[in-house]
Amino acid sequence: MAGMFSILRKSEFLVEVGHIARFAARFFSEGFQPRYEFREFIRQCYWVGYKSLPLVGITAFIMGLVLTIQSRPTLVEFGAESMLPSMVAISLVREISPVITALICAGKIGSGMGAELGSMRVTEQIDAMEVSGTNPFKYLIVTRILATTLMLPVLSSLSNAIALYGGYLGVNIRGAVSWHLYWSQVFDALSYGDLVPSLVKTFFFGFAIGLIGCYKGYYSTKGTEGVGRSANSAVVVASLLVFIIDLIAVQITDLLNLT
Amino acid sequence: MEARAVIDIDKLNKSFGDNHVLKDFSMKLYKGENLVVLGKSGSGKSVLIKCIIGLMDPDSGTIKVLGEDISDYDRQQLDKMRVKVGFLFQSNALYDSMTVRENLEFPLRRHWMKETQERSEVDALVMDALEDVGLAHTVDMMPAELSGGMRKRIALARTLILKPEIILYDEPTTGLDPITGREISELILEVQEKYNASSIIISHDMNCISITSNRVVMLIDGKCYEEGAFSELRKSKDEKVRNFFISDSSIKDKKDENQTH
Repeated sequence: MAGMFSILRKSEFLVEVGHIARFAARFFSEGFQPRYEFREFIRQCYWVGYKSLPLVGITAFIMGLVLTIQSRPTLVEFGAESMLPSMVAISLVREISPVITALICAGKIGSGMGAELGSMRVTEQIDAMEVSGTNPFKYLIVTRILATTLMLPVLSSLSNAIALYGGYLGVNIRGAVSWHLYWSQVFDALSYGDLVPSLVKTFFFGFAIGLIGCYKGYYSTKGTEGVGRSANSAVVVASLLVFIIDLIAVQITDLLNLT
Repeated sequence: MEARAVIDIDKLNKSFGDNHVLKDFSMKLYKGENLVVLGKSGSGKSVLIKCIIGLMDPDSGTIKVLGEDISDYDRQQLDKMRVKVGFLFQSNALYDSMTVRENLEFPLRRHWMKETQERSEVDALVMDALEDVGLAHTVDMMPAELSGGMRKRIALARTLILKPEIILYDEPTTGLDPITGREISELILEVQEKYNASSIIISHDMNCISITSNRVVMLIDGKCYEEGAFSELRKSKDEKVRNFFISDSSIKDKKDENQTH
């Protein structure tokens, strides 16, 4: 009996994966054919990018500050305090900043999309769009996925800069490093091999967050309870995907010897 | 000479798993007519009009809208057909993130309006539609600021803005108080006269049916069980038909009883 349940659960998982893959394929097949919904795309970029900036910025600043303060004692122990700006820069740019930005966006944007599209589905607004001669997939889904795909790298880049500024303040709490020295150490430590893979993976993070948020919301069922469930599972699945993509990206970067 | 059928449904079948909602359902809607489809909850009334507008695909059977079979229509053909067929959703389906003006402009933008269309011309159409439902002053309000009855009227204005030949109403008075329900029913009648539109109205509301209907089709067990004028069906001896009117008449009887005491 338990074995049967396990098979059933596995097959449900595979069906879900199949549906998400088909949803993604539909995005690519419909997304690049006219009519293009520029106005809605710009509106979504504003919501996804500009409206997420305060949260991403504050988190990045605290992240840089805390990482610096926490790392100092260990480096002091090894007599490597002067390496603090380099260590903080590499940790933030390569890994921490893109992943934390993506997780914040998975929580904020993924759940927002899941809930918004879910409530549009249960209140028949998506059907109303269809009746109004609009392809709701293009208007609602393509614009949102494109917006998250393009805005996440922008947010992540800004997050890098703000987190490094937080690091500068963190370094100066117990020490005295000039602005010029701090940034020259940061830029000396960073190479294109750190920046480019980090930036490229944020496109994939953005795509995954948009895809899952939209998928969960678009196929929401069972009324208001379903809307809550869609929002919740959008966050869970998108966050999980961020880690999986990160793992794959790190492996590829390592295999290609980019770092 | 027989009146022209603007919708002709023949042997329509639709099932969800083992639940056969529509079984060889056939029906015609004639030009200028208000046809009410009456049936129990879950009997497939909403499914029927969603098949007509192309939101659901029937399993088999044909649906002719304005003389054309829509069964094999692609998206573009369906979009063209939907200019002529308006749909009023049970939940109103107003776009929460848009103002009343933007809600009304939405179908115009999609179906009719060119990028170069004069702003004043679009505004005039929006205001005309709002004046038809008596809510011109709400043009810059958000749907959340409106009452249930007002939302229904705005949804009706959005349906009317393309001046459709056929209007499908999905339970237009559900969730409204009796007075507002009556106002909406009278508005449906006014709309029919003003636009010379033909309508299919899905409803359980006896007041709405008595005000709006020219003919009533009873959807029972997935089939067109009985049809006729509202007054004729109320007098029917058939138990299945009478069941729909019992609650209505028992309320009236109780009212009369209370008034005599």
